[in-house]
Amino acid sequence: MTLTQQIIMIGMVILGTVLTRFLPFLVFPAEKPTPKYIQYLGTVLPSAVFGLLVVYCLKDVSLFAGSHGIPELISITVVIGLHIWKRQMLLSIAGGTLCYMLLVQFVF
Amino acid sequence: MYKQTQTVRRALRCAFPYTIPIFAGFWFLGLTYGIYMNVSGFSFWYPMLMSLTIFAGSVEFVAVNMLLGSFDPVQALVMTLMINARHLFYGISMLDKYRGTGWKKVYLIFGMCDESFSINYTADIPEDVDRNWFMFFVTLLNHFYWFSGATLGGLCGSMIHFNTEGLDFVMTAMFVVIFMEQWLKEQRHTSALLGIGLSLLCLLVFGSGNFIIPAMLAILAALTCLRGRLEEGQS
Repeated sequence: MTLTQQIIMIGMVILGTVLTRFLPFLVFPAEKPTPKYIQYLGTVLPSAVFGLLVVYCLKDVSLFAGSHGIPELISITVVIGLHIWKRQMLLSIAGGTLCYMLLVQFVF
Repeated sequence: MYKQTQTVRRALRCAFPYTIPIFAGFWFLGLTYGIYMNVSGFSFWYPMLMSLTIFAGSVEFVAVNMLLGSFDPVQALVMTLMINARHLFYGISMLDKYRGTGWKKVYLIFGMCDESFSINYTADIPEDVDRNWFMFFVTLLNHFYWFSGATLGGLCGSMIHFNTEGLDFVMTAMFVVIFMEQWLKEQRHTSALLGIGLSLLCLLVFGSGNFIIPAMLAILAALTCLRGRLEEGQS
């Protein structure tokens, strides 16, 4: 690929990303009232999206090979436990990550 | 003028702690991305400029392969739209929160990656902190972490030697916490359970490379069918 072709390719990736981010705001501009159905989606979608993001992070974990997803399961349990106990976002994240790093580096 | 500076500072001070996990995650992933570009034969200018202009982690990794393949702009666009389709859901959820943010709105939308969206949607911003500046700084700091990590990785990736295996779990941990925060705030968990259940189902059926779009469609269909019941519960 020449430099110009590379720039066009990168430009396409920028265009695609910007499109997916701006589209809802362009279709439903702030000056106009948003349709009730879209307002409804705006309130119920986030919970589902956060669930989707958790699954997305774990998509490459294999239950039938390697460490069978055990380090992930243990570490997520630690995150949940810490968060229920202290409800300190940074503590829960740091504790879970440290636990995961120790498990994959020394145990599995 | 003095008051304005104070408002901005207070928002920055309030936003920064929320972005610390993202700093860890983005530096790790950004470095990995920069190193990956480096070993794929690209100079540091590529990860530097791409992290600045694209600012969407997963698609940037895929873009490395696109640049190594044959010249096909249409395929590049279609791939990007598919990988990033989830942003549509973020936009729909942020229509209200980003309303009235003035000149910052364009940047807030441009920088709406998974992490910026999640923090800006769930964060409990104190009354005395300017919401618009808070969301602006969350986005800006995230953008900066990603950009600096990718650039560093491109520059000196081959010189870094310490055991970071497993550090990428910081992102998973953060989304688990954000999911829990949302769970604790809401009264009905139908949508959260649908999100986990349908995503897992689609992951099993379609595999890790192709499950996002079917999962999004399934979630959309289920929430649309349940609209009557869920709206009843809210009012």
